[in-house]
Amino acid sequence: MSHNPVALPGEPEVNLAQALAHGLSEDEFRLIRNHLGRTPTFTELGVFSVMWSEHCSYKSSRRHLARLPNKGRLVVGGPGENAGALDVGDGWLAVFKIESHNHPSFVEPYQGAATGVGGILRDIFAMGARPVASLNSLKFGSFDNARTRYLLSGVVGGIGGYGNCVGVPTVGGEVMFDAAYDDNILVNAFCLGLARKGELQSARAQGMGNPVLYVGSATGRDGIHGASLLASAEFDASSAHKRPTVQVGDPFTEKLLIEACLEAIKTGAVVALQDMGAAGLTSSSAEMAARGKLGIEINLDQVPLREPNLTPYEMLLSESQERMLIVAQAGREHELQAVFEKWDLHAVVIGRITGDCRWRVSWRGLLVADIPVAALAEQAPAYERPMARAAACTPPVRVVRERPAPAEALRRLLDSPNVGSKRWVYRQYDSIVQSNTVMEPGGDAAVLRIKGTRRALALAVDSNPRACALDPYLGAMAVTLEAARNVACVGARPIGITDCLNYGNPERPEIMWQFARGVDGIRDAALALETPVVSGNVSFYNETQGRAIPPTPTLAMVGMLADLDYCRSQFFRRPGDAILLLRTSAPALAASEYDALFGGGNRLGAIDLHKERELIDLLVTLAEKGLINSAHDVSDGGLAVALAECCFNEAGKFGASVEVGTPELDTVVNLFGEGASSVILSTPSDAAARVVQMATGRGLGCRRIGTVTSDPVLRIDSDIAIEVAELRTIYEQALPGRIQGHG
Amino acid sequence: MKWGVVSFPGSLDDRDTLYALRDVLEQDAELLWHKERDLKNADCVVLPGGFSYGDYLRCGAMARFSPIMESVVSFARRGGLVLGICNGFQILCEARLLPGALTRNRSLSFICERVTVRVENTHTPFTRAAAPHELLRLPIKHGEGLYVASEDELRRIEDRGQVLVRYVDSSGRATEAANPNGSMHSIAGVANESFNVFGLMPHPEHAVEPMLGGEGGLKIFRSIIQSFA
Repeated sequence: MSHNPVALPGEPEVNLAQALAHGLSEDEFRLIRNHLGRTPTFTELGVFSVMWSEHCSYKSSRRHLARLPNKGRLVVGGPGENAGALDVGDGWLAVFKIESHNHPSFVEPYQGAATGVGGILRDIFAMGARPVASLNSLKFGSFDNARTRYLLSGVVGGIGGYGNCVGVPTVGGEVMFDAAYDDNILVNAFCLGLARKGELQSARAQGMGNPVLYVGSATGRDGIHGASLLASAEFDASSAHKRPTVQVGDPFTEKLLIEACLEAIKTGAVVALQDMGAAGLTSSSAEMAARGKLGIEINLDQVPLREPNLTPYEMLLSESQERMLIVAQAGREHELQAVFEKWDLHAVVIGRITGDCRWRVSWRGLLVADIPVAALAEQAPAYERPMARAAACTPPVRVVRERPAPAEALRRLLDSPNVGSKRWVYRQYDSIVQSNTVMEPGGDAAVLRIKGTRRALALAVDSNPRACALDPYLGAMAVTLEAARNVACVGARPIGITDCLNYGNPERPEIMWQFARGVDGIRDAALALETPVVSGNVSFYNETQGRAIPPTPTLAMVGMLADLDYCRSQFFRRPGDAILLLRTSAPALAASEYDALFGGGNRLGAIDLHKERELIDLLVTLAEKGLINSAHDVSDGGLAVALAECCFNEAGKFGASVEVGTPELDTVVNLFGEGASSVILSTPSDAAARVVQMATGRGLGCRRIGTVTSDPVLRIDSDIAIEVAELRTIYEQALPGRIQGHG
Repeated sequence: MKWGVVSFPGSLDDRDTLYALRDVLEQDAELLWHKERDLKNADCVVLPGGFSYGDYLRCGAMARFSPIMESVVSFARRGGLVLGICNGFQILCEARLLPGALTRNRSLSFICERVTVRVENTHTPFTRAAAPHELLRLPIKHGEGLYVASEDELRRIEDRGQVLVRYVDSSGRATEAANPNGSMHSIAGVANESFNVFGLMPHPEHAVEPMLGGEGGLKIFRSIIQSFA
């Protein structure tokens, strides 16, 4: 081969204008020429543009992410792998990660969401773990926006259409509607898999001369520049034209790929395995080589193609779905090929590992790229972008638009699409396949048993963009704590986090400040809870025509139940049980759903991390000691809504009679305020005093506020007395009513 | 007795069926690979839920051409017991082992929820352990479960008692509101004329443990086990 890669006939000339058109800056173009000692070829320019894109290189976020705690007693596996892993006992490891697919989903909701699910699944089974649960966090615009229903139906259809076909249950998630997302929806997909201890699969290339196998679907032209142009730039009026950059998913092939990869790993002939995700063949090959401090040679003539005449540029940048790259043990590639043949999938040797730390690509006998591996990986730019406190952080003027009577406010809150039941969404997902789902969607957290053990895992995803908009630090902290509270409410001890950080354009100092404060909030809460952040993803450029989304860190918390018997739901279970209210601080209307509907919100309250930690620990202890019959986190809509939700037990008719009024709190704030960490417990009447004592002993506010009744009516002070059936109907109709109501 | 559970490449509930049979019911059961023809001496063959070959054309349309299905069809013609669950039901209809067809749900969307079915005929190998008109709580999860058949066919299968389970409300009435997918006559499952082939949309294998949605499905499996006792 010649010494330098050649320009191919018909390729555009490479110059600064071409580099800028690829989303690279002038400085970055200069840096590329320094790395190479020459001007890159057009193919190489394409490769740099995706590998140095925000999406692939984390160039604006890397230095901040280093502040997140990622170590802990249960953490297994080194940093830099595709997902984090925690030891959950009895020889099992939980491998999990959350990832965004915001930009593609806004441009093409069905395929965007579907391929988001597909991508996160591949990150999990690439590590040798069988995916056992999916969750998602979705943000849409207001229902006043005609496009919202289209996007909602498309995204939910895509998640179901893909997830239901691959045999991984979708067990939970969250959905929010707010005008702030009218022009930039969020689709964050989480997956958790289980692997046997000692059987984690690495993505680190090893062994000079080892063959590199391409497995899965053939390569087409879909998704070219998905990472660089779509995910790493703002939206504008021309964004619809970016639809061809969205990939198309094939869940049937994914299902085959899951089974074939897990079977291939069992042969012991797989050295390294990675998804061809963003930036496809380029990033997977470069990253595997970089982890092993080795080089790689690829011959594009061997790549299976959907159509002839793809250029090297297109093959290297394609984001066609359902493809994986394997480094195999030399001499054992045929064993692996036999496995993929069984599942009717491509498996061809397209290259080998070299010792010279270069990423070298040939095509039709020509060298088309020759780049130092490090230049595509750890030597990609990392920026300390300027930061400035955002103006939006100033507390808004307290404007009261409306003050309905409490009973009316409760009805209208239950009718809000943010508070009302999300059954319309989750009934479109298979939540029970694999026979592990002990607690199905709709509760504080999903619970999955681990077959063959007494153990179970609890999973919750949370976000609170309204709080983050008021204070990105406190908001991010509150989100982390809420996720922990959610798993603790079902009786699980929080053990680890994965985060998806959705923000605007990082080149704007106030966005960068929001991001940095968000990372700090998560860090401080994670340190207090001793829950390491074992994996995650950053999504910047969530803005359209200069208008950014509110800062939206999405947190997924994994919790562990040492015994399934500790599992509790939110529902009241026995008339006569005492209802207790556990609170770490006073609620506030700031960032509440009440504020969004009626106004009156102000400043967020302070957070006492010591108390928060005590609250979580108390919840787990109460569940383990069997002292409580139910627990429910007070969330969107506040205390009155949460009490209503506790009464919505399908197994029987229950009501509640409570006195919550306190002289020091305004009724509206007390009933509908959010922000404070509050949990509603029901306990056998004779255990109530002991539970109150345990809570106050830890410095937590806890008092008995009432009793579970067999009369199915919710009674709160003298303000509210409504049949539970009526509240339930409003709650269940909130979403379908809006979706069908507009015809 | 011996059970065989067919694994098509896109089968999803094959392992769950195996788990229900082996771990919960302590039965002798194994998976049958779609590319093979050997039923491994199974007394009852189960076609599980899932999306057999991706089902991009029509649910079950491709599966009936697989090698294993040649064996399943001749096994059924010889009187062997065949149970088709969800996608398995769709495949049995495509293979003409069962009357009728399954089309897109009335809502046009996938539905995953628990339903109540009423056992309509207890004189079959699939339902003999149930009491007449017993109500079973079972989950459904499908996008194409709307049962259709011609008027003549419907009359025939109703007259012969081939409708084995029907969607009903909690008090046992077959109302429109209790019909989750718009199936004709609220039909949730039918047998063939000789009652050795049974297909149903609900998933009995996902209702075999109290902790995971109740034990309504045990009645179906226990009936089959009793038939061989």
